Amino acid sequence: MAKKIIELQNLVKTYKIGDGEVRALQGVSYTVDDGDFLAIMGPSGSGKSSLMNILGCLDKPTSGTYFLEGQDVSTFDKNALARVRNRKIGFVFQTFNLLSRTTALENVELPLLYTSAHSRERHERALAALDSVGLRDRARHKTNQLSGGEQQRVAIARALLNSPTLILADEPTGNLDTKTSNEIMDVFTKLNVEKGITMVMVTHETDIACYARKRIYLRDGQIVREERGKEGRD
Amino acid sequence: MNILRTSRIALRALARNKMRSFLTALGIIIGVGAVIAMVSLGEGAKKGVEERFNSLGTNLLNVFPGSRDHHGISSGGGGWQSLKVEDAEAIAAQCDAVRYVSPSANTRAQVIYANKNWNTSVQGVGARYPEVRNWEIEAGTFFDESQVTAAGKVCVLGKEVKKSLFEDEDALGKVIRVKGIPFRVLGVLKSKGEAGGFFNRDDVIVVPYTTVMKRLAREDHINSIDVQAVSMDRTVEAKGQIEELLRIRHKIAPGADDDFQVRNMSEIAEGAAQSTQIMGILLGSIASISLLVGGIGIMNIMLVSVTERIREIGIRMAVGAREKDILLQFLTEAVVLSFLGGGLGVIFGVASSKLMKYIPIFAGWKTIVSPQAILLAFAFSASVGIFFGFYPARKASKLDPIEALRYE
Repeated sequence: MAKKIIELQNLVKTYKIGDGEVRALQGVSYTVDDGDFLAIMGPSGSGKSSLMNILGCLDKPTSGTYFLEGQDVSTFDKNALARVRNRKIGFVFQTFNLLSRTTALENVELPLLYTSAHSRERHERALAALDSVGLRDRARHKTNQLSGGEQQRVAIARALLNSPTLILADEPTGNLDTKTSNEIMDVFTKLNVEKGITMVMVTHETDIACYARKRIYLRDGQIVREERGKEGRD
Repeated sequence: MNILRTSRIALRALARNKMRSFLTALGIIIGVGAVIAMVSLGEGAKKGVEERFNSLGTNLLNVFPGSRDHHGISSGGGGWQSLKVEDAEAIAAQCDAVRYVSPSANTRAQVIYANKNWNTSVQGVGARYPEVRNWEIEAGTFFDESQVTAAGKVCVLGKEVKKSLFEDEDALGKVIRVKGIPFRVLGVLKSKGEAGGFFNRDDVIVVPYTTVMKRLAREDHINSIDVQAVSMDRTVEAKGQIEELLRIRHKIAPGADDDFQVRNMSEIAEGAAQSTQIMGILLGSIASISLLVGGIGIMNIMLVSVTERIREIGIRMAVGAREKDILLQFLTEAVVLSFLGGGLGVIFGVASSKLMKYIPIFAGWKTIVSPQAILLAFAFSASVGIFFGFYPARKASKLDPIEALRYE
């Protein structure tokens, strides 16, 4: 039986806005197995951002539990969550979120700055990560010298750096054209299939979502539909 | 995270925006530079005062008429005629802690040589004046006791007077007119320069005091007595002996006010040293205010920097930076900045101390750069960095990563 990477049980998230409350997640339960490629879809206000933030250990649920690789991270304090983010999770954002005026190599090695790794080890691992996304020769280029697709690939390399359990991508192709989007999705697919890295992706584009083998649809804070298989892709 | 790595990360972050980093540090650079320049000015002034008093001789005593409550007047002036020549002779004879005396009788006069005219101070002194006052002859000789007894019409010129009347011509043996009376020039005094910037000590001619009393001013009292004690240690003893003697001579009852004052040059020197020290502290304090302003500047710019880098902070937190890591990073940036600023400030301060003499206003002012001031300025700038960098660093560390990542 496949290892459970993510186990959500009755996840609830409420925000206090002014005098009232907003219930962003109203009891989400789901399991993601090792090696899965999951897409989370839904209209705005459906709670996908809140779910993503909790999955990424950037936020804690109001109630319910979140087991990441068997650990209940929903009870962790800020420092412990930071450690989880460093070791187990790799983020890929819509706006790339690279440091400006910095080289690709320095961007990729960023997570290792917060570990005890020394500079040579950081350099080598960063180069290896860039290699796996095909950008080894751009290692010394600064962010503004890279195209959108290249920047996103650098971000992916950074996400891969610490050999994470899970890569979380939030609208990863939102700022890219169709051709580059497909290239990026190919990289994700390759990482998922060849290296067995679990992928969870939020998107609102159906053709991008079809790269994923599982899709869940959120509405008003709950999962309303789940699909499996690669339907709709040519 | 260790200090070295944090410092390198901080340096890299600072290097990304060199102009802003420089402008931030500018306050510290100027502040430290100003402190060092001001302190070295103060030290130089102190040393200058010390040296001037040393050149006067620290076993020098001054006796002049006038009680403590009515300040003694040192040249001419009304009222106090209580000192007589006999007093000076008695002091020389009877006070064993006294080596030399030189009575003083002063006046002003017009001195003329050929077609040159000069109004100057005429100091009537004893034959021992050069020793008592530590003032050497540069050319020629000084008058001796016989010329004093004879109230001879001889004089020794101060450098300034010599220049005004004779320019480059040799003055020795020439005759000049003082108040119309012909005087022969015996010698020229070495230059002593300005005293406290108020009057030029070289603007003087020196004649026997008897000559002033008899021929120039027609008075029978003297203005003051310069006394040289046998040694520096016995100066206080000498003062006591003189006071006792004069009280007897002037028939002053015990408990009554003296009609004279004995001043110990080293007391005056100490007083002057104290006031220059206060001046130094004042200068340093004012300059420190600019250092404070520099620190506030750092805090402001760091706050701006934090706001501009909210996204960056969010990214760092997303990949695993804890609150502590962010706090340390920004704090180190502030400290590194102020430390580098301090270093540049030291260079700037030392350089301006050394170059100050080329600016016309400061031409005569001495500066001494003290290593303690440099060390202190460094330490101060580092603490300014820590103190003023803390608040922005804390603000940065307390950001919520989700909101930080969303920040435009």
